[in-house]
Amino acid sequence: MGEALHQVTVRRADGLLRFAPAVTVAVLLLPIVAGLLGTLLPAFGYLPAIGGDSFNLDGWRKLAAAPGFATSLFTTLGTGIAASLLAVVGAFGFCAWAWGRPWTRRVGGWMAPILATPHSAIALGLAFLIAPSGWAVRAVSPWFTGWMLPPDVATVGHPSGGALVLGLLLKEIPYLILMIVGALHQVAASQHLAVARAAGYARAEAWLKVILPQIYPQIRLPIYAVIAFSLSVVDVALILGPTNPPTLAVLAVRWFTDADIAFYFQASAAAILLVMLVALVVGAWVGMERVAIALGRRWIVRGRRRGAADIVTGSVAGVVMVLFTLAVLAIVGMGLWSFATQWRFPDALPQAWSLANWLRQLQGLAVPAQWTLVVGVAATAIALVLALACLEHESRAQVRAGSRTLWILYVPLLLPQVAFLFGAQVLLVRFNLDGTVGAVILAHLIFVLPYLFLSLADPWRALDPRYARTAASLGASPARILFRVKLPLLLRPVLIACAVAFAVSVGQYLATLFAGNGRIPTLTTEAVTLAAGADRRVIGAYALVQAVLPLLFYLSAAALPALLYANRRGVQGWR
Amino acid sequence: MNAARPASLQLLDVRITLHDRVLIPALNLTVEPGECVTVMGPSGCGKSTLLAYIAGTLDPVFNATGRVCIGGVDITNVAPERRRVGIQFQDDLLFPHLSVGENLAFALTDRVREQQLRRQQVEEALTEAGLGGFAERDPATLSGGQRARVALMRTLLAEPAVMLLDEPFNRLDAQLRQDFRRFVFEHAAQRGLPMLLVTHDAADAQAAGGPVIELDAMA
Amino acid sequence: MIVRRIVAAAFALAAGSVSGQDLKWPDVVAKAKGQTVNWNAWAGDEKTNAFIAWMGDEVSKRYGVKVNHVKLKDTAEAVTRVVAEKAAGRNADGAVDLVWINGANFLALKQQGLLFGPFTQAMPNFARVDTVNTRSNVVDFTIPVDGLESPWRRAQIVFVYDSKRLRDTPGSVLELAAWAAKHPGRMTHPNVRNFLGSTFLKQALHELTPDPEVLQRPATDDNFAAVTAPMWTWYDALRPQLWRQGKQFPDNGPAQRQLLNDGEIDLMISFNPAEAAVAINGGLLPDTVRTFVMKKGTIGNTSFVAIPYNASSKEGAMVVANFLLEPATQAHAQDFRQMGNFSVLDFGKLSAAERKRFEDLPKSPALPTNAELGATLLEPHPSWMTRITAEWEKRYTK
Repeated sequence: MGEALHQVTVRRADGLLRFAPAVTVAVLLLPIVAGLLGTLLPAFGYLPAIGGDSFNLDGWRKLAAAPGFATSLFTTLGTGIAASLLAVVGAFGFCAWAWGRPWTRRVGGWMAPILATPHSAIALGLAFLIAPSGWAVRAVSPWFTGWMLPPDVATVGHPSGGALVLGLLLKEIPYLILMIVGALHQVAASQHLAVARAAGYARAEAWLKVILPQIYPQIRLPIYAVIAFSLSVVDVALILGPTNPPTLAVLAVRWFTDADIAFYFQASAAAILLVMLVALVVGAWVGMERVAIALGRRWIVRGRRRGAADIVTGSVAGVVMVLFTLAVLAIVGMGLWSFATQWRFPDALPQAWSLANWLRQLQGLAVPAQWTLVVGVAATAIALVLALACLEHESRAQVRAGSRTLWILYVPLLLPQVAFLFGAQVLLVRFNLDGTVGAVILAHLIFVLPYLFLSLADPWRALDPRYARTAASLGASPARILFRVKLPLLLRPVLIACAVAFAVSVGQYLATLFAGNGRIPTLTTEAVTLAAGADRRVIGAYALVQAVLPLLFYLSAAALPALLYANRRGVQGWR
Repeated sequence: MNAARPASLQLLDVRITLHDRVLIPALNLTVEPGECVTVMGPSGCGKSTLLAYIAGTLDPVFNATGRVCIGGVDITNVAPERRRVGIQFQDDLLFPHLSVGENLAFALTDRVREQQLRRQQVEEALTEAGLGGFAERDPATLSGGQRARVALMRTLLAEPAVMLLDEPFNRLDAQLRQDFRRFVFEHAAQRGLPMLLVTHDAADAQAAGGPVIELDAMA
Repeated sequence: MIVRRIVAAAFALAAGSVSGQDLKWPDVVAKAKGQTVNWNAWAGDEKTNAFIAWMGDEVSKRYGVKVNHVKLKDTAEAVTRVVAEKAAGRNADGAVDLVWINGANFLALKQQGLLFGPFTQAMPNFARVDTVNTRSNVVDFTIPVDGLESPWRRAQIVFVYDSKRLRDTPGSVLELAAWAAKHPGRMTHPNVRNFLGSTFLKQALHELTPDPEVLQRPATDDNFAAVTAPMWTWYDALRPQLWRQGKQFPDNGPAQRQLLNDGEIDLMISFNPAEAAVAINGGLLPDTVRTFVMKKGTIGNTSFVAIPYNASSKEGAMVVANFLLEPATQAHAQDFRQMGNFSVLDFGKLSAAERKRFEDLPKSPALPTNAELGATLLEPHPSWMTRITAEWEKRYTK
C-alpha cells in the first residue's frame, strides 16, 4: 500500500518530463535518419524526381571517374588523419606537461576566445596570416627577407592540405584540452599524480602513465568527433584547403549545388563515401587504441623513470602555445583589417586607419547579426529546455542514462554533415519549411543540443543530491526544488553550457546554408561567401563580429554568477 | 630490500602562510630513522599542507619558507619525483586502470630490469602483505583493508627515504584500523624510515609512539 | 520510405509556363506593392552588393517593393534551388523571385521550362534597351533571350595591370604568353570553374582558332578537339609560367584582384571595363593600375535578371527588373564610384537630359573610353564553356 502510493507520487511528480528523452532523441535522430536516406538512395541511383528510378552504381562510377578523384580521396584521408593525430598528440602533450602548473589556470582564459570563435573566422584570419603576402611575411619584409614582392610559394591552398591541417588544429586542440580538463575533474587527478611523483616519476611521465589511461574512456567520443570533423569539414577546407582538386567534402557540396542536377547522384555517392571513410578511420583508431593499451601496460609496469617525457611533452606544449598565439593573431589580424584604409605588401601595419569601413558595413552587418542572434538564442533556448527536462527526469525517476544515450548525442558529431543535410533539404522543401527561420533553428538544434547537453550533464549530475533531499524534506515541490535550489546553484554551469551552445550555433555553415536556402543569412554564411576573395576589410569586419558575439556570451556567462553571488562564496565554482 | 642507509628527516624554520594567514609558524623538527612524529590539530589547520610541502607538491597559492633535509641533504628545491619522499593518503589511490600487481610494478624501481625478477619481487611484496596470489586481481574487487595494504606496499616498493602518512587510517573501521596501523609502523620501522603522521585521532598518535606536535587552527 | 513517397509525388506535378507579355504595367505595379523580392545574386563583389542595397531602398520608397538580396557564392546555387523545388513539386511560392543570370545557367533553366515569361515587353523601360548594336542584349551566349530575361549591365573582358611594374602591355594572347615566359609566376587567371576563368580560355580560343564562327554553334564531339587544339597547345606552354606554376588558381575575380593588390601578380583579367577605376576608388588596388585590351577585340556579354516559373513575387520582380533599366539607375550603376558597369541602354533612345546624366559621370585615367575598348567579340555557345571546363579539369586536375 505504502509502496504503491509512493510510486504514484513519483509518477505524478515526473509528469510531462517522462517524454523528454524520447522527444530529444527524435529531434536529434529523425532529421538525420531521413536525411541520410535521402542521400543513400540517390547514391545508388534512386531519385525519381530527376529520373533515377532504378538502383544502379552509375553515381559511384562517375565519382571514381571524376577528374582528380584519387588525389581528392588521398588528401581527404591525409589531412583528416594528420589533423586528428596531431590534435590528440598536441592536447595530450600539452595537458601532460602543463597540468597542475600554476600558470596553466590562465590558459583557460587564453582558450576562451579561440573556443568561442567559429572555425571559419579563425580560418579566414589564418589565411591572411600565413599567405606569402600575408601578415607573417609582411612583419619580416623587406628588412629581414629583402622581399619587396611576395615570394611565389604556396601556403594557403597548398595541394598537400597543410594549411587546412593547421587551421583545424587551431580549433581542435583547445576543444580536446577542454574535454580532457572536464574529464580530469572526475578522477582524483592531483592525488594520483602526487602518488606517482612520490614513487619517483616526473610530472609528464606520471600524467601519461597514471592519469591518461583513467580519463581516456571519457575523451574517446570527442576524439572520434574530431576525426569525423577533420575528414568532412567544408568551410575551413573552402578557405584553406587544396583547390585543384579540393577535399571530398568540398567536391560533394560542389556537385550537390551544381546547376546540372545529374551531378546529384555522384554527389550523394561522395557523401556516402565520406561516411565510409569516417567509419574506416574511426575503426582504425579503435584498433590502434587496443595496441596502445597493450603496449602502454608494458611501458607502465617496466618501472622506468625517464625524464624524456618531460622534454617531449614540453616541446609539444611549446608548439601548442605557438598555435594558440597563431589563432589569437589570426583574429587580431582580421580586426586590424577592418579598421584599415589601405594595407599593402610589405607594410607590417596598415598605412592608415579609419572607421569608414565599419560605417559602410554596419547596415550590411545588421541583418546577418540579427539572424545569428535570433537563431542562436532560439536554438540554445530549446536545447536548454530539452536538456534540463532530460536531466531532471533522470534525477526524479532515478534512472541514469547509459552509454547508449551518449552515443546518440554524438551521432550528429560523428556523421559528416554533407551526408544528411542535403537529403534533409528535400524533406524541408516538401513540408514547405525550407528557407524559414524555423528550419534553420531546427537544423542548428541538431548540433547545438549535443554540446549543450554534454557540457551541462556532468556538473548537473555532480551536484550533491542532499541539497534536493533537504529541500524536499522541508516540503518543497519538485518544481520548486528545480527552480529555487538546483538552477540557482548550477547557474554558472548552465550559463556556460548556453554560451558553448550559442557559439556552436554561430559557427554553423552548411546547416544554415541548406535549411535556410540562403534566405537566412548569418554572420558565418556571409563571411564564407565573402571569403572567396572579397575585400579583406569587409571580411575582417565580419570575422571580428563573428568572433566577438560568442565571446560576449562567454564573458557574460562568467560574469553574471560572479555578480549575483558576489557575497556567496560557497556557490559552486564562482571563484 | 636494498634501500639506502637510514637517514633522518629535518625541517628547518618551515613557515607556511596562505595570503595573510599563518598555517605553520616557523617549525623546527627532526625525525630520526624508524621514529614516527605525529602532527595533530583540527581540520583546516594546515596539517596536510605541511606534508604537501615536504613532498614538493604544495599548491603555489601557499607561501612557504624554510628548508627540508633528508640525511643532511637539502631537498627543498628538488623535484617531487627525486625527493624519495613516500606518501600515504587516507584514500588508497590505487590506479584503477592497472591490476594489483601492475600497481606494484609501477612503483618498483627500474634498477630491477629483468621481467621475471620484477614479477618475483611484486609477488614477494604481496606475500609480505598477506595477499599472495593477488597480482592479477582488479583493485576494485579488494576489500578496504586489502587495498590499504597494497597501497602501502606500493609506496614502500618505490624505496622512499621518508614516509609521510596523511590520515591513512581514517577510512578503516576500528578493528582493521588497529591491524593496519601495526602493519604500517612495523614495515616502516623495519626499513628505518623516519615517519611523519598527520591525524586527529589520539589513538593513532598513541600507537605511533613518538613525539606529538599540536598545530593550532588559528595562528 | 518517406523520401520515396516525397520524391514520387514530385512527378505528379509538372511546371506550366505563364506568359507575362499581355500584362498591363499599372496592374503589375499595383500588385507588386507590398511584395518582397528574393533576388538571388552572386555576392562576391562589395560594390555590386552595395548597389543592390541602394536599389532595394529606392524600389521600396517608390514602389513599396522590398528587395531581399539572397547572397550567392555561385549562381548555380539558385538554379539548383529552383530545380529542387520542382523536384519536390513546389510549383508556386518558390524561394527565388529574381535571379542574376546569364549563359549556361540561363540555358539550363530555359531548357527545362523553369522560367516565367516572356515578360520584358511588358516593362516600359525595356523600350530603351540597345537591342541593335549590342547583340549580347538579345542573344545570351548565342541563346535567344526570348523575353525570358531582362538585361541590366554589360561586361567586356579587359586586362588590369600595375603600370609601375609592367610597361609594354601585350596585344594578343600570344604576346601574353611570351610576357609570362619572361616573368614567371607574375600572372594567373581565376579558376576555370569560375566564369571569368573559363572566359580567359574562351578569349584565347577566339584568337587562336582558325574559324571563330564555329563557336556560335554548339560544340560537338566531332569538332571540339580540332577547334580547341591550338588553344590547348598555347595553354600547355603558358601554364607552367603562371603564378604557383599553374597548380593553384584564385577562386574568382575578386580573389585575383586581391593578388594584384598584394603584389603577388602583375596583371589580371576582368569582365568590367571600369574595374581599375572602381578598385582605385575603393582602395582595393594601387592608383597606378591601368587597363588594356587585345588588339583584335575581347569577348563581351550582358548580365540579365530572370524570374523562375514558381516565383512568389513575380510582379515585384518585374518592377525591380524595370527599375534596373531606368536611365537614372543605369547612370548610377555606371558611376565608377558606385559600381562602374557599362549601361545596356541605347543612348540614341534617351532624352538629352537623360544622356547628360551619363556625360556628367566622373572621369578617371584608369577608365578606358569606348574607343579604347575596341571591338566586342560575341560569346561562344555555352556548350563550349562547359566542354572547355570539363576538358581543363580532365587535363590539369590530377
